[in-house]
Amino acid sequence: MSSTLEQSARTAVPLPRGTAARRLSVALSSRPRARLALLLSTPLLWLGLVYIAALAALLITAFWTTDTFTGEVRTEWTLDNIITVVTGSLYQTVTLRTLGIAVLVTVLDIAIALPIAFFMAKVAKPRLRYALVIAVLMPLWASYLVKAYAWRSVLSEGGIVDWSLRPFGIEGPGYGLPAVIMTLAYLWLPYVILPIYAGLERVPDSLLEASGDLGGKSGRTFFSVVLPMLWPSIIAGAIFSFSLSLGDYITVNIVGGANQLLGNLVYTNVGAANNLPLAAAIALIPVAIMSVFLLSVRRTGALDNL
Amino acid sequence: MNRLFTARRSTAFAGAALLSTTLLLTACGTAGGGGGGDDSGMPTELGETEGQISILAWPGYVEDGSNDPTVDWVTPYEDATGCEVTVKTFGTSDEALNLMKSGEYDVVSASGDASLRLVAGGDVAPVNTDLLENYAGIFDFLKMQSWNSVDGVSYGVPHGYGANLLMYNTDVFPGGLDSWSAVFDDAAANSGAVTAYDSPIYIADAAVYLMATQPDLGIENPYSLDEAQLAAAVDLLKAQREHIGEYWSDYLKEIQAFETGDSVVGTTWQVIQNSITTGNTEVVLPREGTTGWSDTWMISSQSANPNCAYAWLDYIASPEANATATGYFGEAPSSEAACDFREDCEAYHAGDEEYASQIWYWSTPIADCLDGRTDVECTDYSQWTTAWQEIKG
Repeated sequence: MSSTLEQSARTAVPLPRGTAARRLSVALSSRPRARLALLLSTPLLWLGLVYIAALAALLITAFWTTDTFTGEVRTEWTLDNIITVVTGSLYQTVTLRTLGIAVLVTVLDIAIALPIAFFMAKVAKPRLRYALVIAVLMPLWASYLVKAYAWRSVLSEGGIVDWSLRPFGIEGPGYGLPAVIMTLAYLWLPYVILPIYAGLERVPDSLLEASGDLGGKSGRTFFSVVLPMLWPSIIAGAIFSFSLSLGDYITVNIVGGANQLLGNLVYTNVGAANNLPLAAAIALIPVAIMSVFLLSVRRTGALDNL
Repeated sequence: MNRLFTARRSTAFAGAALLSTTLLLTACGTAGGGGGGDDSGMPTELGETEGQISILAWPGYVEDGSNDPTVDWVTPYEDATGCEVTVKTFGTSDEALNLMKSGEYDVVSASGDASLRLVAGGDVAPVNTDLLENYAGIFDFLKMQSWNSVDGVSYGVPHGYGANLLMYNTDVFPGGLDSWSAVFDDAAANSGAVTAYDSPIYIADAAVYLMATQPDLGIENPYSLDEAQLAAAVDLLKAQREHIGEYWSDYLKEIQAFETGDSVVGTTWQVIQNSITTGNTEVVLPREGTTGWSDTWMISSQSANPNCAYAWLDYIASPEANATATGYFGEAPSSEAACDFREDCEAYHAGDEEYASQIWYWSTPIADCLDGRTDVECTDYSQWTTAWQEIKG
């Protein structure tokens, strides 16, 4: 009898077997530092290899030179590419144009996103709110290229824009920088709406009511109560649209007419000219601009919101 | 015409001689890294086909029926050789050059502005034309030219040749056009609706126009421009830039632009005219002459499927396949007997050696002037690329 009891107890809670996995977990349980190292090593390796190493390779390549005939990269150290990019009038013009477009796209996106996000977060009933969130996210399901080509036909001669403006004696904008700004603003809008919407949701309704009770009109309430709390979210959205516009070269190829941006110069130097070092040097311009931008917004706390 | 032809021939020879010395030097310089491209690497007999081949080609050169079920010259090749074909198309020669460096493609249809750079970079291997049955049927004036051979060694099989044409919208130009001035000096009349090819090689088109309109510049060959001549071409293109609606390198983009009317005049290929469905466009070979291409099928030096590659070169040079492929693209065939399978050979002046000599085939601009001048240094392709970026601004 007692032997059967003993046996059933043994089957109910079997003694742990001394497998390798078991020994490892026993060893790790008493060493928290080793546990942490194992946990972080894979993602850190990924970050280090794929992210930092690629950037470092870019930096180094900018200081090399290339065989102009065969396009092969030669590892001779030179500052020529950097000097060309910094002093060349072509690169200055294109940098300013790209910067201008990125700023305009960002301003346009914020101006459109603010009322939409406010309506979604504060006015709409829950049912409508979810419908609107889905509607904002919907364009992200379609390919970037399809959307850009859709704008190409919208803006073409006799396209929807041109056709609907004709009766008023106005011609459509056609292809060019205005078309680029419109298309980019459309493409990046969801990335700006979402952080602002999330930020507005965190603004308690009671604060708005308190402002109203104290006699604050809607304008005063917005600028003195909502905006200071929303500022980090707006910056977060701006980082998205600004950085994405800064590097774009496909949209300008499709609807930009004869214009080129920094991305196109990088593309032609890699694809057409086979001059990887010069392309790397040009690619450092947006990196520099973004670094300045990020450093200057770091203090607003917007980076915690990304 | 005759004078022009003989002049062109002799300069071509001089240019070829100069080129080959440069290439020899370059080859010596890079042989260590290039992995060798010498005569001993050429196969002397063919073995079993490998079962697959990867082809890098201009759009419209390799059709397997996926674009148009009635247009298919890949399946007969697959059936005959057992080599399954995968195709990748490219829009500019520079793109082809870059893709070939990956070593993932067995054969490539290279134009003259890429072929010598491919050879110099060690990306393509010499071809033993004795192994190709159909090579004998190729027009003699296309064989062993400066853009498909180096030092008497053949680097491939001619595919077809054609001219860059002037396309215009017949609603805008009811009287027709016969001069490139519509896109240069008279471009202002259609400001914002002029289009041009988006590649540094387009500078040569401006040079061809300058040869006719400003003879005192002394341009003998649009691919060998000294500093002053390049500056003149750049000025012309910068003036044109004001009126450009958009540059094109994707031929589908140009088809759409002409169909909607966003572009009404500009440089084009015959295949684009063939693809436009609105019916209000015409193409013409302007009186100033034009640039053009003479394409060569080349084999990658890193090809894993050399037997399938040789089989493809032989197949595409066969009269029927050559006729179908070049007929679809809209260019003259390289095979003499191909005209038995095409009815439009006359229109493309196939085999007309003198007509062919009026086209300035794409070549890579290099520092040693292609026109034989030795007293000046010519501008090379990298300078053209820089100039092209500045023109676009």
